[in-house]
Amino acid sequence: MGFLGQAWTIAWKDILGELRTREMVFSMLLFGFLVILIFNFGIEPGLRDEALVKPGVLWSAFVFAGILGLNRSFSSEKENDCLQGLLLCPVDRAVIYLGKFLGNFVFVLAMSLAVLLFFSVLYNVDVIAVLPGLLAILGLATVGFSAVGTLFSAVSVGIKTRDVLLAILLFPVLVPVILAAAKSSAFVMNGEGLFAGGSWLAMLVVYDVVFLAVSVMLFDYVLEE
Amino acid sequence: MSSSVARRTDLSPADASAAGHEDDAGKPRTGTTSAMRVRRLWKYYGHFPALRGLDLELERGRFLTVFGPNGAGKTTLIKVLSTQIKPSEGLVEVGGHDVVHAADRVRGQIGVISHNTYLYPSLTAFENLKFYGRMYGVGDLEERSRELLERVGLRGREDDRVSEYSRGMQQRLSIARALLHEPEIMFLDEPYTGLDQHASRMLRGVLASLHDGRRTIFMVTHNLEEGLEMCDEVAIQVAGRICYREPIDRVDREHFGDTYFECVGGGHKWDS
Amino acid sequence: MAEEQTLKRAFAEAPPSVIERRGGRGGGRSLWVDALGASSILAILFALYLALIWAPTEAVMGDIQRLFYFHVAAAWLALGPSFGVVAACSVLYLWKKDLRFDRIASASAELGVMFTTITLVTGPIWARPIWGAYWTWDPRLTTTLVLWFIFVAYLMLRSAVDAGHKRARLSAVFGIVGWIDVPIVFMSIRWWRTIHPTVIASEGGGLAPDMRLTLFVAIGAFTLLYAYLLVVRVRQEDLATRLDRVRHQLYLR
Repeated sequence: MGFLGQAWTIAWKDILGELRTREMVFSMLLFGFLVILIFNFGIEPGLRDEALVKPGVLWSAFVFAGILGLNRSFSSEKENDCLQGLLLCPVDRAVIYLGKFLGNFVFVLAMSLAVLLFFSVLYNVDVIAVLPGLLAILGLATVGFSAVGTLFSAVSVGIKTRDVLLAILLFPVLVPVILAAAKSSAFVMNGEGLFAGGSWLAMLVVYDVVFLAVSVMLFDYVLEE
Repeated sequence: MSSSVARRTDLSPADASAAGHEDDAGKPRTGTTSAMRVRRLWKYYGHFPALRGLDLELERGRFLTVFGPNGAGKTTLIKVLSTQIKPSEGLVEVGGHDVVHAADRVRGQIGVISHNTYLYPSLTAFENLKFYGRMYGVGDLEERSRELLERVGLRGREDDRVSEYSRGMQQRLSIARALLHEPEIMFLDEPYTGLDQHASRMLRGVLASLHDGRRTIFMVTHNLEEGLEMCDEVAIQVAGRICYREPIDRVDREHFGDTYFECVGGGHKWDS
Repeated sequence: MAEEQTLKRAFAEAPPSVIERRGGRGGGRSLWVDALGASSILAILFALYLALIWAPTEAVMGDIQRLFYFHVAAAWLALGPSFGVVAACSVLYLWKKDLRFDRIASASAELGVMFTTITLVTGPIWARPIWGAYWTWDPRLTTTLVLWFIFVAYLMLRSAVDAGHKRARLSAVFGIVGWIDVPIVFMSIRWWRTIHPTVIASEGGGLAPDMRLTLFVAIGAFTLLYAYLLVVRVRQEDLATRLDRVRHQLYLR
């Protein structure tokens, strides 16, 4: 079983576990919906249809709900000390990272799709026209989010103030992702098409590549005891 | 202090040199009969030394039980040996490979059973075994899993979630998990903790079958009777060091309790 | 007597790595450190004189502009030396596993918070009378704000983990990721700003020579101050570490 196969085994184990218990899935979804709702009430009615506001709302909901998902990534390993069980296996730490990353990616992506749907309904976004573009952006942003998120998840795993600390560590580092995602989705939602915001997409790609590489390299150091 | 207790594990005459144990490719040199070698092992937690210059050697196929009070560092020792923790100083080799530099090679050869089961509660027993099997690269995984489940008496319950298992059943499944990849070296960290009669008896049975002269077993326990039952060698660890090491036939079982308390009680001044 | 014996034996038993043999004597007065301190104070006084008295009053902005020298100097110190040292020592620690690098990184991060705070406070004070707004989302200032959050997050991470190699490892990982992130943040905010050019802070395309001199002196003075404070802080931590070690070894049996 190759490198990727083992990584996928780990990812699938996480996904399966999550689907079984459904602990995090529902809370994340609900939370994502609620954030959008609250933003909706917080913003003046006249402004609500302003193209400027929509991307911000969507991506804020994405970040907050995504953080919840990351929190569960390593906490599922805490029961019965499963993380230790995993570390005892003769697999490269990079494989463990990749597996965790894939699990997080699938999870956060699935959740953001649901949030996107809810968002489009509330904000009257023409989903069909806009969907391919938004999906591309969502995919790229989720890669960056999950890459750094998985690393920092592992960093904060044993720590008491874990949930808050993860957010504190992650948000400053995610600034470029949020900016790029919001900017490029603005173009898409205004009907200008995906490539009007081409430079922002490039930024996302660069961010993804850089931080995926950096995280893989640093992951070893995080886990060694 | 009587001389029979004050025996320490010094460098055995057979191997005076600690270095030169592995060739460049990390393969054990031929002729190694040690399952594990530990030289001057120190482990610090902050400034507290959990292990203080510990020396240990165990031949392949032998069953060693290590006794010791809480805080002696027994769990730390097992964690270092099983690559869970890195040593602060010293040389540690298990299965002919260095635990720091060839950790993956060590991991492929060892199985660990502890009071933590390492089982995913929301997955079924079978799924747990299949997961670990894939991680260890076990061939004929399905067949092997069923075989092991049968052996630990869990056949018929393999599609139940682990969260539905009793503590004893979980421990039995954990044993199956540890045996999946047929490890040559087993580490058992207080395995009898929290086990009911049925599970205890089963564990004893499994250990007896594992104790076949080829597999090396390293067990750490509080329980004097269970510990002495099957082992080939006995050791006592106090305050981060081994202060007693004897083959079982030289141990006075009836009075071992006294021996133990002498060793442990005199821990403060044992080197006076 | 018995305690002395215990202590002697404790030191004799402990492996070499426990007893720090290299430098790091910590404590005690040291000539060069004092000299560094004195020269940094002198440099700051000189910079103050230049900035507040000697430099010409800026035609458009008036006297409030004099803050600019310290604002820029602080910003440079925050982004350059402070963060640079954190990143470099993080890499060095992961490579060499010497806790000294971790102590230096930690001290540098503390100084980084100080300098970013100075930057973030002097910026708005200077901006308000001139452009009528406290905050302008200027790329440099906004990046400094994100930098502030990164420094603070670094220190918060450290405070949540017990001292030792684990804390050093985790902080080092975060320090490296943060350092790689900052240029990307700067780039993305700059792109962002070109689309919304509301208030652009024009930072003097060309500075008069005497202003440039003042700026350089200010930067130099702050750099000396940084170096001095860093050295003092690291020596303080070195000493605390040695003290800790001795204390614990007294408990060894």
